[in-house]
Amino acid sequence: MNQDFASTNGYLLKVEDLKTYFPIKKGLLRRTVGFIRAVDGVSFGIKTGQTLGLVGESGCGKTTVARSIVRLVPATDGQVVFDETDVLQANRFKLRELRRKISIIFQDPFGSLNPRMTVGNIIGEPMKVHKAAGGNELTERAGELLLKVGLSADHIDRYPHEFSGGQRQRIGIARALSLEPRLVICDEPVSALDVSIQSQILNLLKDLQEEFGLTFLFIAHDLAVVEFFCDIVAVMYMGKIVERASSEELYRNSLHPYTRALMSAIPQVEPSLRGQRGAFGGEVPSALKPPGGCAFSPRCPLAEGDCLKRGPTLREKSDGKGHFVACWKCH
Amino acid sequence: MSEDGVLLSVKGVSVSFFSEEGVAKAVQEVSFSVKRGGTFALVGESGCGKSVTALSIMRLVPEPPGKIMSGDIIFEKTKLLALSEKQMRGIRGHKIAMIFQEPMTSLNPVYTVGNQIAEAIELHQQKKPSEAWASSVEMLEKVGIADPEQRVREYPHQMSGGMQQRVMIAMAVSCEPTLLIADEPTTALDVTIQAQILDLLDELQGQTGMSILMITHNLGIVAERANDVAVMYASRIVEVAETKGLFAEPLHPYTQGLLKSLPRLGFSGERLQTIAGIVPDPLHFPAGCKFHPRCPIGCNDRRCQTLEPKLKEVRPGRCVACWHAPGYEAG
Repeated sequence: MNQDFASTNGYLLKVEDLKTYFPIKKGLLRRTVGFIRAVDGVSFGIKTGQTLGLVGESGCGKTTVARSIVRLVPATDGQVVFDETDVLQANRFKLRELRRKISIIFQDPFGSLNPRMTVGNIIGEPMKVHKAAGGNELTERAGELLLKVGLSADHIDRYPHEFSGGQRQRIGIARALSLEPRLVICDEPVSALDVSIQSQILNLLKDLQEEFGLTFLFIAHDLAVVEFFCDIVAVMYMGKIVERASSEELYRNSLHPYTRALMSAIPQVEPSLRGQRGAFGGEVPSALKPPGGCAFSPRCPLAEGDCLKRGPTLREKSDGKGHFVACWKCH
Repeated sequence: MSEDGVLLSVKGVSVSFFSEEGVAKAVQEVSFSVKRGGTFALVGESGCGKSVTALSIMRLVPEPPGKIMSGDIIFEKTKLLALSEKQMRGIRGHKIAMIFQEPMTSLNPVYTVGNQIAEAIELHQQKKPSEAWASSVEMLEKVGIADPEQRVREYPHQMSGGMQQRVMIAMAVSCEPTLLIADEPTTALDVTIQAQILDLLDELQGQTGMSILMITHNLGIVAERANDVAVMYASRIVEVAETKGLFAEPLHPYTQGLLKSLPRLGFSGERLQTIAGIVPDPLHFPAGCKFHPRCPIGCNDRRCQTLEPKLKEVRPGRCVACWHAPGYEAG
């Protein structure tokens, strides 16, 4: 693993075998009786200026990956290297420095803005905390950021409740950009928004990426949005990445039965494709009692033999296109 | 449209909500018909009035602050708006049943699911408690829940979101309704579970011949499931069509914009097309056509800015409310 540390060249963020377990406590003494493996050996890298999409259903661990990267939850094991700094080993001061360079846009534009703060204060707070600007400069900068995200500078003294969902998300984006971060983690940035507003926000994020040379970790459950937005896509299931490839390759040539199921489950905006979906049964198993072998095996139409005994590891397909898949049946 | 074969017809229904800040005209002159055995979709963004329309069919609009101002709702030759509350109770949950968006909040957490299903059966079918209990086990089996004898004794929190929605459906179809109103039945669920629930609704419709009024914001679901569709925008229906026709040739600029702004699988390109602006607030609707500030044609047109177009049939089975739609003025 130490070799990988050296080979971070070109990668702004490199996550290596990340594990985040939550203890299950029971009884009077709150003894730990087991672990929920929310993130169980996740690896990926994002190059500067790229967008990596992390896709999966609720509870698959995609948000925990993001939170572990910024150390909002403590990781159990693994390595996260951001801009040649080991994030998981960073001390208090280093961490503070890191959090200037990594920012987050949250899913819920209603819950993530403090209703008692004006828009100017919301956007200005990170700059204040990190002593990046103060006084008039801070106000000026907040106004500039508002313009950048398509709002007007006189919105600065208003409160969040005066804005619609899409506008609030724009405020959240302005806040995320206030410290000129290098990596922006977008945690389901459009899933709470109306259809006609989603496309506006996605376009805005693309424009800002181009203008500021941002790198995105984009978390979503909507494969169609991810395909549009991302260069590389990683599909997660029960804490593990089951498939990872360039967006184009993944959509043209998906290998893992779970990825295929996810794609065929999306209702297509095309009445002529009606009835072409494959049936796909079962539910995501409880994380308290994960199945033995491959985690997807209870729902998988191909599962047999090895699938039920040993969990497959993520391996690259032999054609050298950087297409990784964790499935005994796909190699 | 001929009256036979029509199960439900909504004619010119308007609903307003009165508050201190003013009158919100949530639904204005909404008319559509649901055919027997068919699926009719009402599609629109949040706040467009689609859920209020559904609630007014069930006579569940909270009064005050809401009031059904005018119109007629005719269900199997009965004028629902003329019924007494007692008469309405005989229809609600019996002939017309409804399932809601959030199964976790629409089930009662302190009763077992069996109790909740049996309640409706006892009430509407005059069955003894033991018979009703047996029917609820049967219903759970019908909606695809494994071990129904065990599950019937469980509480809602012991089930996953997908299973809770199956329970809601079991409850709704237990009295064999002729009309099922499904208000965003899968919005809170993951895509793979969404596909299962939609398949289940199809299957039940095939068995019982019930009509479904599907309320959704997801055009993919409309394309896949509905026979006919009405598009709502800011309290009015702007377009009614047969599903295939709508997707092949949307007539209203709003429908056109929505369809263009969706990211689709297999779509690649730098930017998404967008609809400019935001959905207007029901307390401050713009004058004239409500879509004109966001419309590529209407924003510069005097008539669109001052006169509101009504929904008109432009060809058989095709209605639209736009001054610039082909055939609108001749019709």
